[in-house]
Amino acid sequence: MSGKQRAKKLRVLPGFRLTLGYTLLYLSLIVIIPLAATFVKSSELSWAEFSQTVFSPQALAAYRLSFGASFFAALVNLVFGLIVAWVLVRYNFFGKKIVDALVDLPFALPTAVAGITLATLYAPNGWIGELLLPLGIKVSYTQLGVFVALTFIGLPFVVRTVQPVLADLDPEIEEAAASLGANRWQTFYRVILPMLSPAALTGFALAFARALGEYGSVVFISSNIPMKTQIVPLLIMNEVDSFQYAKATALAVVMLVIAFLLLFAINLLQWWSNRHNATEFA
Amino acid sequence: MTSEEKVNAPHRLSESPFVRRLLNVVALAFIALFLVLPLISVFAEGLQLGLGFYFQSLRDPLTLSAIKLTSIAAGISVPLNCVFGVCAAWAIAKFDFRGKSILLTLMDLPFSISPVIAGLIYVLVFGAQGWFGPWLIAHHIRIIFAVPGIVLATIFVTLPFVARELIPLMQAQGRGEEEAARVLGASGWQTFWRVTLPNIKWGLLYGVILCNARAMGEFGAVSVVSGKIRGLTNTLPLHVEALYDDYNFTGAFAVASLLTFLALVTLVLKTLAEFRNRELRGTAFTPVPLGKMGKIA
Repeated sequence: MSGKQRAKKLRVLPGFRLTLGYTLLYLSLIVIIPLAATFVKSSELSWAEFSQTVFSPQALAAYRLSFGASFFAALVNLVFGLIVAWVLVRYNFFGKKIVDALVDLPFALPTAVAGITLATLYAPNGWIGELLLPLGIKVSYTQLGVFVALTFIGLPFVVRTVQPVLADLDPEIEEAAASLGANRWQTFYRVILPMLSPAALTGFALAFARALGEYGSVVFISSNIPMKTQIVPLLIMNEVDSFQYAKATALAVVMLVIAFLLLFAINLLQWWSNRHNATEFA
Repeated sequence: MTSEEKVNAPHRLSESPFVRRLLNVVALAFIALFLVLPLISVFAEGLQLGLGFYFQSLRDPLTLSAIKLTSIAAGISVPLNCVFGVCAAWAIAKFDFRGKSILLTLMDLPFSISPVIAGLIYVLVFGAQGWFGPWLIAHHIRIIFAVPGIVLATIFVTLPFVARELIPLMQAQGRGEEEAARVLGASGWQTFWRVTLPNIKWGLLYGVILCNARAMGEFGAVSVVSGKIRGLTNTLPLHVEALYDDYNFTGAFAVASLLTFLALVTLVLKTLAEFRNRELRGTAFTPVPLGKMGKIA
């Protein structure tokens, strides 16, 4: 299409300038300018002040817990998310529609509600905590509790990224594998799983990213003990509550940079996933 | 493959009955442990001291003021983000321009930023020590630790919902129908109201439902900017936290059950909207005469 034709095509539908202009204005006012302010504000700190905050023992312990708990929570969701997606797509059972709708509960339920509920369930006198106490397992107010909360909020991601890909898989591919002599496990492991992996990895990355930033569901179950059960968002909140905005900003900048890198990785994964599916079913 | 064919298929094409049962049990146990049990426990804990205490907690003036504030925050942020979503989807789905993917990434930012940081960035702009802090103080305008800050933080965290729902939907529908309407003499507004809107209404509803659920449930971002003044700047989730911190667990769960009920309604509406959306998407692709008109344009 030449430039002139293109310009003419643009003019058939009205409102391009208006809608794009409004989009950019709104996005700038709400997101981009305040975010830029954060980076400008952090540049007011000297390097010594900045590094003292972001590499303090308390901060390092918080990064370790945030990344560790988020990683394991996302890993559990990867495994169980694949199983749940498989069962929802391939099998029929009573109440399947309800289970399918319920998977989105962690998206719909306010995080504060999830937080107090999980803290109560897993407390030593709670429904689940009671059963685990004789085994010597404490969940609420420990690092394990942080992991449980992050597993809850990351639950829908892998299910929702894998489900459509699994539903669109061409049965002929499996039939071909079977007719060539593969048993069911070989077909799954060598044929189906590789086709699902880009979507599953995208779901894993989304769950991980969400867990890194999570606050509401963790604050109640973690009890916020510095060096022990404090994740980075809790640490930032503590600094805000004590009006240490410079320190809070320094930590926020570190987390923002990590979030941007993750967003970039997720975009790459999604692009890979789309291309993968496009060539697979061409 | 229908389920009947599956049952009759040889072992190689599906799992053995034992594996099927095992996978079913594992999946349902996981769902029961992580989703169903917490859901039941919210209502069980809230009703622990009986219906009388339950309704007393809900009728408490502090609860009522929290409900009011949450409604205000959602009532402002949802329509604003709805208009934004429609504008952004129109520009992105109906036109070609450079930097589209960058714009899409920027729109997703609120999803990938911790809610605590989302609140913090507004404190840095509008707080007492922030960019506009001194000017706002001089003019006696309060944004942080007041209602405007809560509304702003809510707008931020719910910004992408409607746009993200509409963009793929409108991209899939293409621009043929709108172009045809224009060629047949419809004005821009007529085209939007009579052609575009009926095509996207279920997707729009779906986005609005998700946006509203998040707006009413937001905790982290609002927590930073609210200052948590009881009866004045406490939203429903913040009120739940306040009750819980006061060891009024039953009261906290009673109020929490209200939010949980909202979440369940959201899930039901979402399932319905999704269903209608799929139905609509299935039929929207076949208008042959309109497709031809699109080519003329």
